[in-house]
Amino acid sequence: MQNVVAIAKREFSSYFNSPIAYLVVAAYLILSGGLFFSGLFLGGQADMRAFFELSPLLFFIITPMLTMRLLAEERAQGTMELLLTMPVTDWEVVIGKYLASLGLLAVMIGLTIPFAISVAFLGPLDKGATMSAFVGQFLMCGTYAAIGLMASSFTKNQIVAALVALFIGFGLFILGRLVPVLGPWAAPFINAICIDIRFQNAARGVLDTRDVLYYLSMIGGCLLVAQATLESRRWR
Amino acid sequence: MATQDVMIRVDRLSKSYGGPRPAVDDISFEVRRGEVLGFLGPNGAGKTTTMKILTSFLAPTSGRAEVAGHDVYSDSVEARRKIGYLPEDTPLYKDMTVLEYLDFVADVRGVRKEHRQARMKRVVEQCGISDRLGMLVGELSKGYRQRVGLAQAIIHEPEVLILDEPTSGLDPNQIAEIRGVIKQIGQEKTVIFSTHILGEVQATCSRVVIIADGKLAADGTPDDLMRKTSGQGEILLEVGGKRGNDTEPLALLRHVDGIEDVKVLATADWSLSDRPRATTFRITVKQGVDPRGDIARVIATADGMDLLSMSMDKASLEDVFRKLTTTSGTGAA
Repeated sequence: MQNVVAIAKREFSSYFNSPIAYLVVAAYLILSGGLFFSGLFLGGQADMRAFFELSPLLFFIITPMLTMRLLAEERAQGTMELLLTMPVTDWEVVIGKYLASLGLLAVMIGLTIPFAISVAFLGPLDKGATMSAFVGQFLMCGTYAAIGLMASSFTKNQIVAALVALFIGFGLFILGRLVPVLGPWAAPFINAICIDIRFQNAARGVLDTRDVLYYLSMIGGCLLVAQATLESRRWR
Repeated sequence: MATQDVMIRVDRLSKSYGGPRPAVDDISFEVRRGEVLGFLGPNGAGKTTTMKILTSFLAPTSGRAEVAGHDVYSDSVEARRKIGYLPEDTPLYKDMTVLEYLDFVADVRGVRKEHRQARMKRVVEQCGISDRLGMLVGELSKGYRQRVGLAQAIIHEPEVLILDEPTSGLDPNQIAEIRGVIKQIGQEKTVIFSTHILGEVQATCSRVVIIADGKLAADGTPDDLMRKTSGQGEILLEVGGKRGNDTEPLALLRHVDGIEDVKVLATADWSLSDRPRATTFRITVKQGVDPRGDIARVIATADGMDLLSMSMDKASLEDVFRKLTTTSGTGAA
């Protein structure tokens, strides 16, 4: 546990040693704020639906930029060797890194809470629904981050890691739009794995247990693959 | 020898990356507490691979290795706890300051908070980096980066220190300093470091393991290894004078005891000048004898021959190394 904290702490603070984190956070705030508030005044309704409906799209683009370096950079710089020869398990490395990325996403999401507060000033906002939507959003981001971390474990090239995460994220996002193409038989299957369809429940303020399970199992699966990839150096 | 004194035990270790021949091929050796082991071999001989297995970064294809009694594969976290490691090329986090970095390593290495301050101070002094603590690792010169690398390897007072080419790319002063630190640590701990600089081994090591083509070529103290081959030393002999041509001294030398072979290395014919003609012979000597006295007597008493110079080449570690690593397999000790 102490190792996880040490790794997470180092990783989290190194986000702020490079301009990428600042740029990504700023880009997210500007994009989501701009798109949301322009729509809000057109719609004339005091709710956060429009804001949350956008977020699966925004986050599958943004999270890979935050997760691409997690393991790929360690591999490229050779620091992986020092890290993994310290008395830490591969799991502790994966979890520590994952928590660091979650931390940054939490900061990002936290910075959009003022959006909700300002909407609440404009009209009656359903606080419960908004809160569960934020929780759902965090879980969804956590899923993207786990995908990103997994992608980052595959390669030492950060760009490749980002693109792989982007493709997977995009696939999970776009799947829902393929039902008309594939036919209705595919619908149950697609509804089960499409992250966008899942998240639209949360955007409405409904946090279903099945959705939570979906996010958690996606996260668990990706972290498992990331850990296995790290460990595979010892099979080869 | 009590088993707990064996800090590193490598037992029939092999590692194959899938190429035509294994990177490490059936290597066995032991290192005891308080030994500084020089791990010698040409580039690509398997030094780094062996070290990566010892530090649990890679798994062996077959065979096993133990550090302080812990198997590096099945009990790897415990084994790693006992180790301080500096990989080749000193990979450090460039975006952290030296102090942040050492603090992180101390965290992960489990250096207790109450000892941390004192330990940090000691290591920083030992490695001579006290004036660089606030600098980013990425801004340090190669020499200072190497020192930070050494500092992170010893901060938790490991039982075993594993250093992969710790002096490569440093200037002579820096090399001397790093060697000093290694020697100092080697007094109580076990150190294994790889190098292809032979002087380094003579200067710092109490034992040498030479590997070539993945195989163990020699194992012993530097003196041992030199003695082993010194019997086959060579004498360079320069004979001048009127009859100092090649055939006549050759015939004389054949009768001296302890000489295995004589070859003419060079003849200098100064017939156009007034300098005497001279021939240089290379004499291979039988194991463990020194026939220089006899040679001198034979040449000096012969008519028309002058003994111009004679010197015996003592085998250096360099010779041992070259011998063992070019005809690999034949010199297994």
